[in-house]
Amino acid sequence: MPARDYIRERFFPHMWCPGCGHGIVLNGLVHAIENIGLKKNDIVMVSGIGCSSRIAGYMDFHTLHTIHGRALAFAIGVKMSRPDLTLLVPMGDGDALSIGGNHFIHACRRNIDMTAIVMNNRVYGMTGGQYSPLSGHGTMATTAPYTNIDQAFDIVSMATAAGATFVARATAYHVQQLPNILEEAIRHKGFSVVEVMTPCPTYFGRKNKEGSAVNMMDNLKTRTTPIGSKAKQENPSLIERGVFVKKELPEYCAEYQRIVEQAMKGK
Amino acid sequence: MAKLKLRAHVINREWCKGCGICVHFCPRKVLELDEFDKVVAARPQDCVCCKLCELRCSDLAIEVQTEQD
Amino acid sequence: MGGELRFVQGNEACVEGAMYAGLDFFAGYPITPSTEIAELLASRLPLKGGKFLQMEDEIASICAIIGASLTGNKVMTATSGPGFSLMQEGLGYAIMAEIPCVIVDVQRGGPSTGLPTKVSQGDVNQARWGVHGDHAIVALTASNHQDVFSITVDAFNFSETYRTPVILLFDEVIGHMRERLKIPEPGEIPLVERLKTSVKEGVDYHPYLQREDGRLPMSDFGGVHRYNVTGLFHDMWGFPSEKPSVVHELMRHLVDKIDHHVDKMARYREYFIEDAEMLLISYGSSARSALHMVTDRRQHGERVGLLELQTLWPFPAAVVREKTRNARYVVVVEMNMGQMLQPVKAAVEKPERVFLANRVDGVLITPADILNILRLIQGKGV
Ligand SMILES: Cc1ncc(C[n+]2csc(CCOP(=O)(O)OP(=O)(O)O)c2C)c(N)n1
Ligand code: SF4
Ligand code: SF4
Ligand code: SF4
Ligand SMILES: [Mg+2]
Repeated sequence: MPARDYIRERFFPHMWCPGCGHGIVLNGLVHAIENIGLKKNDIVMVSGIGCSSRIAGYMDFHTLHTIHGRALAFAIGVKMSRPDLTLLVPMGDGDALSIGGNHFIHACRRNIDMTAIVMNNRVYGMTGGQYSPLSGHGTMATTAPYTNIDQAFDIVSMATAAGATFVARATAYHVQQLPNILEEAIRHKGFSVVEVMTPCPTYFGRKNKEGSAVNMMDNLKTRTTPIGSKAKQENPSLIERGVFVKKELPEYCAEYQRIVEQAMKGK
Repeated sequence: MAKLKLRAHVINREWCKGCGICVHFCPRKVLELDEFDKVVAARPQDCVCCKLCELRCSDLAIEVQTEQD
Repeated sequence: MGGELRFVQGNEACVEGAMYAGLDFFAGYPITPSTEIAELLASRLPLKGGKFLQMEDEIASICAIIGASLTGNKVMTATSGPGFSLMQEGLGYAIMAEIPCVIVDVQRGGPSTGLPTKVSQGDVNQARWGVHGDHAIVALTASNHQDVFSITVDAFNFSETYRTPVILLFDEVIGHMRERLKIPEPGEIPLVERLKTSVKEGVDYHPYLQREDGRLPMSDFGGVHRYNVTGLFHDMWGFPSEKPSVVHELMRHLVDKIDHHVDKMARYREYFIEDAEMLLISYGSSARSALHMVTDRRQHGERVGLLELQTLWPFPAAVVREKTRNARYVVVVEMNMGQMLQPVKAAVEKPERVFLANRVDGVLITPADILNILRLIQGKGV
């Protein structure tokens, strides 16, 4: 099994709950990396703090499990000092967009070559079910016992506006598309953002009466649609998935190399 | 590409958490949860080797081994 | 460039020291009175193929240098009080994960935005205890540019030797004042390079297994050994562990590796200590005034002396105890409410004989200020 080559088997079964979508992201990632044929020594995975961020410990790469919200900042240090390495930065929705929101938009703006994967379960899983900036108006959470009045971010629009040169959305249900999108994101030379909608049956599911993990997977099927589909025109509340942005802009490490050459020439 | 032929469903019972995702979304209803809430291939002859179960397993607990026809 | 005589700001002396020590990577965010360090490095680092990054804030800055250190680089960031506050979580991470890095705090008046352009030494205790949880810390300072240079080199050397972050606690006066600096010849000050593992590819490498001498050989990220780094308590492979024995051992290791080497890290200067009845203890820009005052009173035959501390943390208690033994009075001269006063009192034989001479109004304490306080202590009035 290809998956086995990329994981640290001794830590399995992993700590995630039954049916947690985070494991499906791990699964998709392993397939994407297998398809690209990357060598494990050339991959650095940098994660923050959260259920999602535990993914780093399970992968047999150079793994850096950092502090809440700051994974991208650490990753930039690694990438700038070793531009030849492939950087994968999985984060939770709270991790990436609440406490780490500032780092997120600035990483998008810099267009540094790495892949940010936002494992969006619309909740703070690790701390036990508080609302996140992705939960959305009208949802329930342990810290929104009456109802959540916070509006949600749209990760795709935000990443696009901030200047990411590859922006995509996938889901834990659409598992044929997931590795393909991840592969495209990793291959893209520049800052790639992939939002993966993943179920947290234990907290989001329970609090919002979404039923079992199976049910939540079903919801991902019925509530999403490919970009530009006819279904979207008929039902605007459907969430689009696919690749939204893919464009070329000067990449940050390459640009810095130009600065080095310019400085050295003037010496 | 040649059609894939099933060799076996390799199930890691230690890792399977019985979430039922693979069971529910198998297009051919090949899989079932047993009395211990672990997955088993109850009707392997119906399997079309789409590998969706393998890709959807959050626990990397199921592998669909195939051979070329 | 060695041997060269320059007339520079303290911030520039720090930059020169860092470059001499082999700085490869700097990330920072502008803040008075440290900004010149970033500006100078923005032009200096690319000249040697090094990297300079202006990050979105100080949190990102410290995180970026930790990431860069892991690939084998010598790294630094520079800030002042407000930014230093923001760096505390990252600093704790570097302590826990044992990542060499240097953090410069050019102190200004606080708390909060405080006195952006005025001097203070108010971050001494933040340097010691700003990070939550038990830990040891290394914090160094200096009072003149030649020492700023060499203590900066020491900071890099200590950080590599002990695999720990090291704080350089300068202040606004030192940072901005101009004076002479002689750049030492290459090799004049020994440099400590990263201790790399000799474990071959394919052989199990333990990133957190100490050698007999307590040091931890590193393997660069991107190299042949793949391992995990985390801010959680971890085992010798770097994987999270809550096993009480593992937790206990790591906590002891993190504290002991610094505390057991206090003597090796103790940097200080002494002036007229031998027969001093009145011993001043000071550091940073305060120590300049203290030295001025001591030199002046000596010419009048007064038996005053000065112990200038360059290593603030780990606190060189044994040195302080030894040097104060014969003094009738000890006066701690600093620009805060008595942050070094406490450890000095704890170190000496007669804590009731220890007094504070301070100023906390954003103005450099003067020799006259110190003398006035001395006279009060001596019961001679002002
Ligand atoms: C500075 C800081 N604040 C708060 C926390 C507590 N904390 C840990 S994980 C987490 C949220 C996790 O949510 P998310 O990022 O969405 O990841 P998930 O667990 O849902 O995968 C929080 C608030 C922390 N570790 N550090
Ligand atoms: S709490 Fe939620 S996010 Fe965390 S492991 Fe369980 S299902 Fe996954
Ligand atoms: S998806 Fe995986 S964990 Fe869930 S029941 Fe199937 S094999 Fe078991
Ligand atoms: S490979 Fe497809 S058909 Fe076969 S068991 Fe898995 S999901 Fe069902
Ligand atoms: Mg979440």
